[in-house]
Amino acid sequence: MSNFFKETDIDTSQAEAIITETLKNCDDGELYLENHKSESIVLDDNKIKSSTYNSDQGYGFRAVTGEVVAYSHSNDISKESLRKSSDNLKDTLKSKKGTYNHEIPKTNNKYYENINPIESKTFDSKIDLLNSVNNYLRSKGSIVNQVTANFLGEHKSIEIIRSDNQILKDDRPLVRFNVSVVLEKDGKKETGVYGVGGRQSYDDYLKDGSWKEVCDEAFRIANVNLESKPAPAGEMKVVLGPGWPAILIHEAIGHGLEGDFNRKKTSAFHNLMGQQVASEGVTIVDDGTLHQRRGSLTIDDEGTPTENTVLIENGILKNYMQDRLNARLMGTKSTGSGRRESYKHVVLPRMRNTMMLSGKYSQDEMISSVDKGIFAVSFGGGQVDITSGKFVFNCTEAYEINNGKIGSPIKGATLIGDGPSILKEVSLVGNDMKLDPGIGTCGKAGQGVPVGVAQPSILINKMTVGGTKL
Amino acid sequence: MIRDQEFLRDIASYCIENSKKLGATDVGVKVIHSVSENVSFRNKKLDESNRADSFAVNLTTYIEKKKSSINSSDLSKSNLEKLIERCIDATKITPSDENNSLPDKDLMSKEIRDLNLYDETHYPNDKKIEFLKNVEETASTDEKIVNTEAGFTENKNNFILANSNGFLGGYKSSNFSSSCVAVSRINGAMERDYEFGSTRFLQDMMKPEEIGKIAAYKAIKKLGPKKIKSEKIGVIFDKRISKGILSTLASAISASAIARGTSFLKDQINSEVFPNSINIIDDPKIEKGLGSQNFDSEGVETNSLKLVENGILKNYLIDTYYGKKLNLKSNGRSGGTTNLYFENGTLSFKDLLNSEKKFLYITETIGHGGNIITGDYSVGASGFMVEDGELTYPVSEITIAGNFKEMFKNITLANDLEMKYSTNAPTLLINQMTVAGK
Repeated sequence: MSNFFKETDIDTSQAEAIITETLKNCDDGELYLENHKSESIVLDDNKIKSSTYNSDQGYGFRAVTGEVVAYSHSNDISKESLRKSSDNLKDTLKSKKGTYNHEIPKTNNKYYENINPIESKTFDSKIDLLNSVNNYLRSKGSIVNQVTANFLGEHKSIEIIRSDNQILKDDRPLVRFNVSVVLEKDGKKETGVYGVGGRQSYDDYLKDGSWKEVCDEAFRIANVNLESKPAPAGEMKVVLGPGWPAILIHEAIGHGLEGDFNRKKTSAFHNLMGQQVASEGVTIVDDGTLHQRRGSLTIDDEGTPTENTVLIENGILKNYMQDRLNARLMGTKSTGSGRRESYKHVVLPRMRNTMMLSGKYSQDEMISSVDKGIFAVSFGGGQVDITSGKFVFNCTEAYEINNGKIGSPIKGATLIGDGPSILKEVSLVGNDMKLDPGIGTCGKAGQGVPVGVAQPSILINKMTVGGTKL
Repeated sequence: MIRDQEFLRDIASYCIENSKKLGATDVGVKVIHSVSENVSFRNKKLDESNRADSFAVNLTTYIEKKKSSINSSDLSKSNLEKLIERCIDATKITPSDENNSLPDKDLMSKEIRDLNLYDETHYPNDKKIEFLKNVEETASTDEKIVNTEAGFTENKNNFILANSNGFLGGYKSSNFSSSCVAVSRINGAMERDYEFGSTRFLQDMMKPEEIGKIAAYKAIKKLGPKKIKSEKIGVIFDKRISKGILSTLASAISASAIARGTSFLKDQINSEVFPNSINIIDDPKIEKGLGSQNFDSEGVETNSLKLVENGILKNYLIDTYYGKKLNLKSNGRSGGTTNLYFENGTLSFKDLLNSEKKFLYITETIGHGGNIITGDYSVGASGFMVEDGELTYPVSEITIAGNFKEMFKNITLANDLEMKYSTNAPTLLINQMTVAGK
């Protein structure tokens, strides 16, 4: 636990006095303090390419009245700096008058332990493991052209001081371990990438040789792609595998259900509350309470405890994801979805772990029902245009389906669809829901935050596949 | 106020001296201070004001051929002392790599030219508000515009880069940027578009009325898009996205991608990669340039480079580490390209649109569908159909796909280059791409 005012010229009670005075005519606001330690160790091209340790600390001071947000941040935690920020906030809001909302729910739940993953594994053992990964993959033959592996670990302590001297704290561990391999055969090169992670120590994901499974999966994907043919172009049926392909859910409807875009009426979903937006049998939640998951949070970055928010229940749109500001302006409660990348960023309503729940069909039933289409198993990233609702995601492992049978692997291609209508095209929902391996980062307004996704296999009646073969 | 060179130099020297005291044989350090002020408006009302005051120290220590780095935002000597110790400890146990080293002394930048990158003008928030009101006023004149957002950011930056071979340099820079996003609606369906300006000097900023007008015009023009049939067709890239072709080239010819063997342009140096009419230049010394610099992120002098001459790939983008791997000297591109651009083509924009009966004109792509290893490309797109030289109707929910190797060879450039970003390209046509739609 960091003591943010140690070694500064200001103590907690003096800071509280500045906060209370600054926010007295505001609807909401807080001082957010953050201490962030992170490391990155990269093996590439047979060498330890880099080892970097980052130490960052600072505050973000926010005052909110009506729809207006005033924000000032600095890494100088001092009386003068806080005063300057305070003046800045007061100046922006000088013509506004609000009433401070003191209400903030409390929680005793904890969804992860306060460990520092950077310190809980020695530097030597990390280097050893990276070298083992390199040797293990290269021992698979001369087809292995390049191996990259890295550790990313962090520990973030946050403290939120509100106007009523209420202090909320959280300590968040996070790790990620990635392996990328490039294979070369007959002049053709292909990549396979796989990773694991979450809010535990590295060894929870890598012990008992489970790091080898990460390597094997990256190798398998690259190997499949070496045999890939050009992908088809045009509209067809698409079967998505379980787990990580749920970034479809994240892009297609997740972003469109964030409170800010709906308050501003710029989301393609803003007038669809209570309406049927998906096929019957489709239920989607955004859950911040799963233990040790990458997208989980005990409290969000405004101090609100997270929850399991039902977004779509049996096809009907039920809730948006809200932070305090958008909830207040829309006459509802925060869903514990207020997040920020760091003290340098304002709070926005964001996703946590977005999941489509299981239905009753098997993956085999889906594939055998398709005459001509594709089966997509693994993905790179995705993107959405909130306003038009159009979204894309990139396949990194996919196969053609011919007459109900899985055929040849196909090259990476972008799939494009329309958010508000795609879920109505989901005709079968599988019984095999799976969480992703813990590697997702979501970008919005220049801020990246860790998130998770989950889904069962699904069959989509019609989607445009962006290959090169007509 | 932005901190002066002397303040940053003190910290840089402290880091170098302390690292050497603890056993570092070489040291590189960068100290940065930046102050940024942003105001944003939505529907003609103040939405957000944001002030940022940030320090950063990036330190790399070497013990012979071993290397490790730390970054921190806390410049207090007590914090730096702890971090330097940590950095040295990590360096000692990091395996050595024969290519780790500071740049060759004779490649270092010797003099700092004033490239006119700093405008000390402070544009107070009241003025920014005035500016944004004008942006939104013009953006929202048409009733089809249902939402507008506008922002103005002023950024001041100062840095010092130093190393234990005696290099020390740095300078101030500034940036003013303004943007407007307009949302249009017809029959319940919405579209969004934008306009954006970014300059080193306040006086060079686009007029607010211009920004608002263009954003609204573009958002309205996109209304009522159709999804077209899948087909092979010539695709014209609007200037806003044609520069993406150059960013792809830059990734593919970075020394790291070449040395690691992970580029579709590996072994293509001195080969014809583009049609012979094409020249591509990276010039760091353009006055007021958004990508201008005196030296790269290692302190190596940067000069103008012809990356592609008459269609032939002439240079990679080389830093010290990967240069050693390739047996090549750094050409000052650690950190990538500077002001990168295609030299103008010969056809006017109008003549390019008329060069065939039918084209697809793309104004926006979404997704990250470029693969630098294989050259495969597939992204979501939206834009317009062009028939007989006229933009006839908007198009969306389609993808365009191809392979960069062939796409590069099929480029025709218009002659409408503008220096609006750090990477700039004129409107360009790529013959025969696959469009997937209905």
